[in-house]
Amino acid sequence: MQHLGFSHKKIKIGSFDFTCCEGCQLQLANHESTLPAFLELLDIRNFREISSDRYDDYDIALVEGSISREDEIERLKTIRKNAKVLVAYGSCACFGGVNSLKNNFPLDETVREVYGDHSVDTMPVQRISNIVKVDVSIPGCPVSKEEVERIIVSIATGSMINFPKYPVCVECKQRLNTCLFDLGEICLGPITRAGCDAVCTTGKTVCLGCRGPAEDINFQSFMQLVADKKLSLGDLDEKLRFYNCFEAFRNDKN
Amino acid sequence: MIYKVIAKPEFEKFIDTLVSGETLSYGPRHVDTDKQGEPIYQFREVNTVSDIAFDYTATYSSAKHFLLPFRENLSRFTFTDDDWEQDIGYEVKPIILIGLRPYDISAINILDSVLLNGHFPSPYYLARRKNTFIIGMDHLPLPDCFSKSLNHHTVSHGFNLFCSDIGDKYYLSINSSKAYNYLKEFRVEDPSYDDDCKLIERRKLIKQSFKTDVEVTGLPSFLDIEFDSPIWTKWGDKCLNCGTCAMVCPTCYCYNIEDRPDTDLQGSSRQKQLYSCNLVDFAEVAGGHNFRPKNGDRLKYRYYHHYLGFAENANQPICVGCNRCGRACLANINPKDVINDLRMEKESCMICVSQSPDKT
Repeated sequence: MQHLGFSHKKIKIGSFDFTCCEGCQLQLANHESTLPAFLELLDIRNFREISSDRYDDYDIALVEGSISREDEIERLKTIRKNAKVLVAYGSCACFGGVNSLKNNFPLDETVREVYGDHSVDTMPVQRISNIVKVDVSIPGCPVSKEEVERIIVSIATGSMINFPKYPVCVECKQRLNTCLFDLGEICLGPITRAGCDAVCTTGKTVCLGCRGPAEDINFQSFMQLVADKKLSLGDLDEKLRFYNCFEAFRNDKN
Repeated sequence: MIYKVIAKPEFEKFIDTLVSGETLSYGPRHVDTDKQGEPIYQFREVNTVSDIAFDYTATYSSAKHFLLPFRENLSRFTFTDDDWEQDIGYEVKPIILIGLRPYDISAINILDSVLLNGHFPSPYYLARRKNTFIIGMDHLPLPDCFSKSLNHHTVSHGFNLFCSDIGDKYYLSINSSKAYNYLKEFRVEDPSYDDDCKLIERRKLIKQSFKTDVEVTGLPSFLDIEFDSPIWTKWGDKCLNCGTCAMVCPTCYCYNIEDRPDTDLQGSSRQKQLYSCNLVDFAEVAGGHNFRPKNGDRLKYRYYHHYLGFAENANQPICVGCNRCGRACLANINPKDVINDLRMEKESCMICVSQSPDKT
């Protein structure tokens, strides 16, 4: 491909899933208007939702899902060895995601609740960066296809990979939404990384922080806000735990 | 300026004809009710006169984005083999803005001074400004509004038509031939002596209804002197860095520009987004260096820009005193408290014991 005098090769890409719903990978097939152009940038080497061909020579590995079984650790380490760039893809891979809610309960209790007496090989949920080195993290539940395209284009053209550093409030105010705190709710928008175009709050659903903390958030002031508004700290904690994104801050405050 | 009066039912007919036409119209609408039962208003599209909440208090966000969109494509690039072409368009559709308060019109006048009369006039802004028909309306201030302190509780230009409520009529200040021609189709009269008196009474009432006063005399020198004041850290420690204040502000115009290559790499868009000096990477440069890494520094510069002004607008404050930022701030930061804190810091200085020199 030729681009302003620069030529570049198609990006050899593999996409893999661990403990997840595969919804983020499915996003790759969305955004039909640019889908052919997007696929044109890629040489898909390994992606079970798209092709039955399997090759191990990929430059970029997109890894979706968290780690919740011993055998997943070995598989992830092999992918890391094969890939030049490993991308944590979606909130499960980046933070543990919804799956990590089970870490709030004794492991055997969670297994019994779901599988009864059937024995299941499982362990507490971990984000993938606990196991392997992660080069790029694309958060979101699910990821935003537009953002994924932007990042893949950045990689293809060798330009800087950028994520918004500011919180969701910026995008929420740009959409002229009513602040959900004014409606008496707890919203994680002020501490969550933007880039989602405030899709949940525009639908009057509070932000649960799927994109993780924005940069340099003022967690203390946020806690104060929830207290000042006499909202439930229990509710807040539940929301902070939802995607397991705010672990570091939650522990800090104690 | 031409002055007329119009009976309220006739005025509603006039507005209805205006907004039900083909031109996109925006006015204050009741969009939500907050937890305390208070209505929340925003400027939204209106199609009939009944959509408009004429008696609204203040909109949550300003009308700024109609002239200065939150996000805007500035130009398109098309790449050919070893060359590129740039395509810039300034075409915009005309719009009608209804029900702006004097401080919101003042805010637009301030934006004009920066974006039209400064060293680098913005053709994007000009295109929108010239295609915006503005109808202003007066109203009694909210208790926390301090626009009078900044002399923006009345406005004498920057609108096509301004309507003062004098009971069963509106007193119209007609400031453009377009507005005059629109009104020709409707029953308007020359103001009587009584109407003039009522207008004066109305203005007096509005002026006397302000409950919040922020002392801004000498503020520029206070700000200069208090560059290293601990109050910036105190308020900065509260700041959530969320940018809400700048988004709802009628005059914050700072922005960020990004080039976004198309997915097929055949073209690219140059995109502008309104930004805020409170956002963590506002002053970040190549290499990840940040000139203002601390909350307090960023907050301070927002106040500097608002109350000291920039050279572009002859060092005039750009704040109009609407207190939208104060109302929207989740961390309870508002200009009144910050400025009072700053003045207290100086005026009640306990360290300085030397007396003023004697009169000579």
